[in-house]
Amino acid sequence: MNDTETTKPKLTVGLEIHRQLDTDHKLFCGCPTEFAESEPESSFLRRLRPTQSELGQIDQAAMFEFHRGRSILYESDHKTSCLVEMDEEPPAKLNHEAVEACLTAALLMGAKPVDEIHVMRKVVIDGSNTTGFQRTAVIALDGALKVDAKTIPITQISLEEDAARKASQSQTAAGYRIDRLGVPLIEVTTGPVLESPGEVEKVAYAIGSVLRATRKVKRGLGSIRQDLNVSIPEGALIEIKGVQELEILGKAVELEVNRQQTLLAIRKELSSRNLKPNQIERKYVNLSKLFLNSEARVIKAAMARGGVALGVKLPKFKSLLGRELGPGLRFGTELSNRASFWAGVGGIFHSDELPAYGISETEVTAVNDQLGLAVEDAFVIVADDNAKAKDALDAVVDRANEALVGVPEETRTAMPDGTTRYMRPRPGAARMYPETDVPETPTPEEYIATLRAHLPETPDKLAKRLMDQFSLNQKLAKQVVDSDYLSLFEQVVAKGTVPPTFAATFLTETCKSLERERVAVHIVPDAKIEAMFQLMAKGAFAKEAMPDLLKWQVSNPNLDPSEGIQNLGLQMLSETELERVIDRHIEKNKKLVETKGQAAFPSIMGSIMSEVRGRTDPKLVTETLKKRLASAA
Amino acid sequence: MPQEELSGYVGLAHELLSKVGARIGDRIRLELKRAGRQEVVEGLLMPRYRTETEENYVVVKLKTGYNVGVRIDSSSKITLLGKGQQPQFTRPPPPSQKPGLPKVSIVSTGGTIASKVDYRTGAVKPALDAEDLYSVVPELADLADIEANVLFSLFSENIGPQLWPKIAEFVADQARKGADGVVIAHGTDTLGYTAAALSFALTDLPIPVVLVGSQRSSDRPSSDAASNLLAATAVAGQAPFAEVVVAMHDWISDEKVAVHRGTKVRKCHTSRRDAFRSVNQKPIAHYDLIHHTLNLNTTHYRERRKGATLTVKSQFDPNVALIKFYPGISVGIVDWATATGFKGIVLEGTGLGHVGEALFSSLERAVNDGVVVGMCSQCIWGRVHMNVYSTGRDLLRIGVLPLGDMLSETALVKMMWAFGQEKNPENVKKIMTTNLANELSDRREVEAHIE
Repeated sequence: MNDTETTKPKLTVGLEIHRQLDTDHKLFCGCPTEFAESEPESSFLRRLRPTQSELGQIDQAAMFEFHRGRSILYESDHKTSCLVEMDEEPPAKLNHEAVEACLTAALLMGAKPVDEIHVMRKVVIDGSNTTGFQRTAVIALDGALKVDAKTIPITQISLEEDAARKASQSQTAAGYRIDRLGVPLIEVTTGPVLESPGEVEKVAYAIGSVLRATRKVKRGLGSIRQDLNVSIPEGALIEIKGVQELEILGKAVELEVNRQQTLLAIRKELSSRNLKPNQIERKYVNLSKLFLNSEARVIKAAMARGGVALGVKLPKFKSLLGRELGPGLRFGTELSNRASFWAGVGGIFHSDELPAYGISETEVTAVNDQLGLAVEDAFVIVADDNAKAKDALDAVVDRANEALVGVPEETRTAMPDGTTRYMRPRPGAARMYPETDVPETPTPEEYIATLRAHLPETPDKLAKRLMDQFSLNQKLAKQVVDSDYLSLFEQVVAKGTVPPTFAATFLTETCKSLERERVAVHIVPDAKIEAMFQLMAKGAFAKEAMPDLLKWQVSNPNLDPSEGIQNLGLQMLSETELERVIDRHIEKNKKLVETKGQAAFPSIMGSIMSEVRGRTDPKLVTETLKKRLASAA
Repeated sequence: MPQEELSGYVGLAHELLSKVGARIGDRIRLELKRAGRQEVVEGLLMPRYRTETEENYVVVKLKTGYNVGVRIDSSSKITLLGKGQQPQFTRPPPPSQKPGLPKVSIVSTGGTIASKVDYRTGAVKPALDAEDLYSVVPELADLADIEANVLFSLFSENIGPQLWPKIAEFVADQARKGADGVVIAHGTDTLGYTAAALSFALTDLPIPVVLVGSQRSSDRPSSDAASNLLAATAVAGQAPFAEVVVAMHDWISDEKVAVHRGTKVRKCHTSRRDAFRSVNQKPIAHYDLIHHTLNLNTTHYRERRKGATLTVKSQFDPNVALIKFYPGISVGIVDWATATGFKGIVLEGTGLGHVGEALFSSLERAVNDGVVVGMCSQCIWGRVHMNVYSTGRDLLRIGVLPLGDMLSETALVKMMWAFGQEKNPENVKKIMTTNLANELSDRREVEAHIE
């Protein structure tokens, strides 16, 4: 170990990559793995009841949700879900295609398949599963991946069912759409050995390449979700759920390190201000009278509904509530997120952000007086019905007390920008028990041997083959391997009509930049993209028009690309048509041609090209125009 | 049951495990020779649920909580690393009992209306007494003052005429002891039969008797057990009627529980929560799970008369057969039943109540031998009407008894009960055609059909 490693605070990160498998049907039923395009056709209400278990094993948050009387509204349609997703029929056998995809990925990572696969029920009662548990099974253990000469342990490869999608949410019911429920997900877990944001991203890429090599993974936004377990010395193990894009993994880690460091700085500041744990009290003051004539919309609305404005003093917290923990995230935000989780209140107001939101300077002073605030103290106000407001302030006081500890262990949810928000307390020991409705699936030695003998190429070998076979340069070959379009690329170039370098560039760089412009390229079926390439190879349109045609295809995913060519006017000009255009331009510039002869070429060429670009080969225009000018002279 | 010492293990696995004295829940190490290499797996020994396929697997729970099956052979070595700890179920303090609530007796016959999971082994343990029930379904304390009993623990396919008298006597006892209502938890497969049996055995019932079950096992968070039980308890304590009813989900949503008459209800789906349907009439009531209200669908019912005397007629004679007619049926089936000494046959005929004429002579012999032959329809919904086609008229001439809109299962139970009360076939015929517990109705409203 060298010096820098021992002196620098050591960051450790573990990664869990979940990726949807592109199987013919879902994990435990015959439904397709495609998502609903239509509006939901029916809905049903459910309540999930925490199952009684050993002492201390009841999920506090789950129990809380249940006693709050929340129901869950599930929305469905007949194409994407059946009785199994509705928990109205026992699951069918484990989908063999999905098992095989996982085993393939596992063998590619040198992991050991388990002898017999046992499906488990992992209790999750937030509503994302109609059953109240997620079905999950270990497929293989103890693999490894080499990334930049470092061996990364792959501790577990498992197969699980995807959860329902969050839909609407109301005061009384959380809403979920069940089309996604039951889609097979492969989960790859690394050991907690990653030490930098850059390394996290590299490992995620490497795992992604292996998964794609199985040719069984779905692509596009939402098909991949990453969870991170981040810890720093003196901080806490924070579980970050649902990072959707690989590119922000590193940023999410960086931001989490920064958040934990800032929380540690706040702890230091609080102890230097001499704050003692028992000083933050659950003592709430009814402040409603102070806001009778207030301009504050939220408070007025709450009081009009019969609610109250309650306040609590947070001693020694002045200026710390406004302390930034990350972009758009202040310590006050953490208090507010806790309040909304435990009490379902819309939000809180804290003294560091006031006067604002219609709360005046005078009102702030009055609150200070009423709560008996000293110079270093801060306050939090919440307006809602009395019981909810109290619950909210309980959550605020608890979180404020945790500031003395530093970083509370919790599960956080990732935002698209890489920042995180409080999601729920970290679950205790996994509440898992066997899914007895699904028979065990043995993986006989001969079967594993056959799979091992027919493994797909590893990403490295694949890149090498693409370079040899299609004369792609190394960068492009790697891009294809790392992209979601590997199989499509191979299909497109199989006939030998489409230039491989063009296909590779288009499918990686062009598609990526279109996705960045929010063009949902991933929704276009492979067959349509392939047809576009073949039409282009046949000369039906110019390759420069491919991006435009693809954009059209995104808006018309079910139409034939030849219709797009018609629609966008991309048809190639026939030679006669081209000659006619050239003649027209010569005629228009008759004087120029007469005076300048061949020297008129650049200006006429320019005006012709602006008319026919994308519909003809520029070389042909040059040749024909030169000939015409020669004969005109 | 998974709690047993080496539950599910046979053959080599059992041999190796018992040699080291391993029990379910113990921490063990497995050393395996695999392709010349040594592999080691450690974890908690778990029960094995299926043994029919492969004997040579040991199931262990890894420290992540996942179970995996490990293949063993005679070269495998098992070491016992430590004894497992028994899980501690600590009851939360019972909710405070409100005064003035009705007394409801909850009795279990099998399955589990409420249960606890041992996440260590996956074992599901039933909640057995009132305290257990309150701790698993605390809302019960708002509805009733509960007494809980276990009558037996059987899958419902094992409950039949031999046990119906015990259930009936138990209910009668509870009524005499002052219960305001009785809830019977029962496996769903034959729940409809038991409901019909109690309807006939307890015709002058003074209080409601509510049978309840669940279509999703009670160990899972999404189970319908707790909501059905809550509705059943509310009905038992509050309903104005004194009838035998079945309380089960009205639809797949946790919003409403339908209360079906015990003679008019049938399990019509293998797995849905709303498997039970009232046939040929609407459910007698619905219990609204959101607003906690009982909404009656009819004003015609026998009224609650707490304290009234109750006579139990709980004898059933199992020598009655239910025979479904199908194209190509062998006449031997009817002949066999007659020769074997069956006293009655309920035919599930086609349509309005028909069987093929090939069966006529066998039926004639049966009737002439004194066998009571009744006719129901395999259509399930609607009544038999044997005067419309000549086949029906021929069957009437033979002496087949049309049983109106009685469900064939209810007719079977009723005939067993009738023979339990009466030896004379002519009296049994009279009983069969007399409405005793709403099993026969004289009109069918248009809404009373599958939605």
